[in-house]
Amino acid sequence: MAKNSGKKDTQPDDLPHNLSRRNLLKGAGIVGAAAVGSTAASQVIAQDSPQSYQVSSPAALEALEALTAEEAETLEAICDCLIPSDENGPGAKEARAVHYIDRSLASNNKDSRHNYMVSLAAINDYAQKTRGAPFYQLIRDHQNSILSGVQMSKVPGCAPSGSGFFNMLRNHTIDGTFSDPYYGGNQNFVGWDMIRYPGIRLTASETEVAQGAELEPNHQSAYDNETYTKMARNIRMSNRGGSGNA
Amino acid sequence: MPKKLPKTDVVIVGMGAAGGVAALPLSNAGIKVTGIEAGGWLSPRDFAPDELRNGARNWPQSVQKAAGEAPTVRATSNDVAVQGGHPMMNAVGGTTMHYWAQSWRLNPWDFRVVSGTRERYGSHRVPADSTVEDWPFGYEELEPYYDKVEYAVGISGQAGNVQGAINPAGNIFEGERLRDYPMRPLRSSPFTDLMSEAAHRLNWNPFQGPAAITSELYDGRPPCQYHGFCNKGGCHVRSKSSTAFTTIPKAIDSGNLDVVTFARVVNIVTDNDGKVTGVDYIKGNETFFQPADVVLVASYAYENVRLLQLSKSRAFPNGLSNNAGQVGKHYLSHHQGSPVLALYPKDLHNWYGLPAQGVAIDNWADDNFDHGDLDFIGGANLWVHTDRKPMSAAKMSTFGESRNWGSEWKAFIMENADRGNTSYIQKTTLPYEGNYLDLDPLVKDPLGFPVTRITARYRENEKRIAAFASDKMEQWYLEAGATKVIKTGPGNAMGATTHAYGGTRMGNNSETNVVNQWGFSHEAPNLGILGASVMGTSGARNPTLTVQALAWRSAEYLANNWRSMVG
Repeated sequence: MAKNSGKKDTQPDDLPHNLSRRNLLKGAGIVGAAAVGSTAASQVIAQDSPQSYQVSSPAALEALEALTAEEAETLEAICDCLIPSDENGPGAKEARAVHYIDRSLASNNKDSRHNYMVSLAAINDYAQKTRGAPFYQLIRDHQNSILSGVQMSKVPGCAPSGSGFFNMLRNHTIDGTFSDPYYGGNQNFVGWDMIRYPGIRLTASETEVAQGAELEPNHQSAYDNETYTKMARNIRMSNRGGSGNA
Repeated sequence: MPKKLPKTDVVIVGMGAAGGVAALPLSNAGIKVTGIEAGGWLSPRDFAPDELRNGARNWPQSVQKAAGEAPTVRATSNDVAVQGGHPMMNAVGGTTMHYWAQSWRLNPWDFRVVSGTRERYGSHRVPADSTVEDWPFGYEELEPYYDKVEYAVGISGQAGNVQGAINPAGNIFEGERLRDYPMRPLRSSPFTDLMSEAAHRLNWNPFQGPAAITSELYDGRPPCQYHGFCNKGGCHVRSKSSTAFTTIPKAIDSGNLDVVTFARVVNIVTDNDGKVTGVDYIKGNETFFQPADVVLVASYAYENVRLLQLSKSRAFPNGLSNNAGQVGKHYLSHHQGSPVLALYPKDLHNWYGLPAQGVAIDNWADDNFDHGDLDFIGGANLWVHTDRKPMSAAKMSTFGESRNWGSEWKAFIMENADRGNTSYIQKTTLPYEGNYLDLDPLVKDPLGFPVTRITARYRENEKRIAAFASDKMEQWYLEAGATKVIKTGPGNAMGATTHAYGGTRMGNNSETNVVNQWGFSHEAPNLGILGASVMGTSGARNPTLTVQALAWRSAEYLANNWRSMVG
């Protein structure tokens, strides 16, 4: 199970109650090459894949905290090029890397907001000029070729530069795919399963280490441990020593 | 006017690795100590196993006052200095909260680089532009203090030389020690075993390195749980022997240490005779003057230097203890860069482990090998360790097998996320003319004080060591079955670093050193300086244990000579 746990079969528990924003957007028919199942809103079918993956839908009615709707759609397409959903399993899309990035741009990464705004517009302008449609409406080959151009600083108007933006975006996409699910990405632990990371353990025995990636993935977030949460006020703050010192 | 507080015996500026140790022998001697700390208290609850928060976003150091005080960096005085990251930490425990906790003694050669080189190869082998001096004492003088700290703080490791008896399971090149470490070394792992076996086949001497981490129940603290979130995080079970969980609570329990948190020292006050009278600090929106008989400066190397440079007075118009113009000189950033990367054909099982759980090779460090036919002095300690987490694993090098995105890349990381390793190679680094710290003329901290400006670059000696050590590391990886190895470049500018040395160097010559052999100022005798800023050489290994041994020694000297020093 552990080895191939990245490939998930249908999980009844994960059936959504609502449409996700992403699927709503895709349902509007602006996804270009991506073939999106319209029969079940819960299903996102990887475009290049004979298999389909069900992912749980996020709670409905989520705000875009930093991105505009078009920026979010462009970013979905870019992240799907970077870590694709493909025959090897889910990618950034199922991990909801864009949801992570949007939230991070409103908080920890807010200094990067400007570079996203400028660069995503530049990428769409370039797509429009060279291919006649915004980036997110292009077929995958054309998207990939534009992204290569961004990486090599050949797409004008990116900030701080093409390669600078590409590297930042790549890092953020990885962060959103492989960080703790608390932050809004790595949904259903698809990132950790992808690279066979067996999960957060507060202790790892010699036997468990020897098993390595053969360990059963435990699908634990750091914040499944009450100790680290706001709930844990009853835990004694130890070893400050003495009294009256603060 | 600052609000004047009741006098205390000793003020320690900074309750970190150095100040947190010095407080214990002082308070145990009945001396009243006020520890002034810019940060607050953290607890194990604050250290979730969260790679994003701690590893990528550098919580909590990024949100501390130190973030506004990061030094600017340039390679030479002709370059523009740019502000970047920083390794400093504001918290009780300081950098011992989030460090790797590798806790080495320097080797005997590191104390006598000049005379050791002269005796074996001739004086001409010391680089002409280096300002390196022998330490004012040898390894033997510091040995008892290494011992005290190893037991007081709690260090695990395998001794290699106990009273002359060599144990090949430990470092056979280490100086003679009085006794074993208080705890056995951290356990090995499948990967470290693989590397140890390969080193033995090369006829090298692998050993598990020392760590300020409990390998067994020690002093009421549980053993390491090997969960893998040690680097850049504090320990969730207090196994990391931070001063916040060891010496500082003990000093507080003595009744003689008062820790003032979220207080920033902005000036060391001196009288017209050049004696230090106390410190000014800001807490909240108030400024206080804390009078003291003795002031011990124990912040990070950059901040030690900056505080002296900012503390100008009638007696010290160019900054405190700087009438000889030596504050900021003899600076060096330890050359820890130029890593070698390896890719293996099978999983290494490194998902649970820590940077201090590793295997060291000291055969190519210091003067442990013949340099007769080589064009450098000193060398490097080679270190491989466990510690792998998902985000950083996904950002691994593709070793030229794939571009770094797309389906091909995804297939690469799915196969190789647990098959890459990056070595940590620490190299002898020397002080040079032209490498120094001063106050940046343009960049200010949020209070309006200039930040430190680093002007420094590695020279030929460091680059030649880097090339030599990279070849050795490549040899080691290949022997252990790696299929691909990448050697990175030799390095150039010395950035702001976790291993910063010098700036207030220790030595008997007051024309070339700021503090004497006991760590007290040549110019202001009741000012002591603790930290790596007093160290004149780096060795090829992490500085913290040496910093702590020196801090204990300075504190004990002060306690033993209180009457004559304070008088």
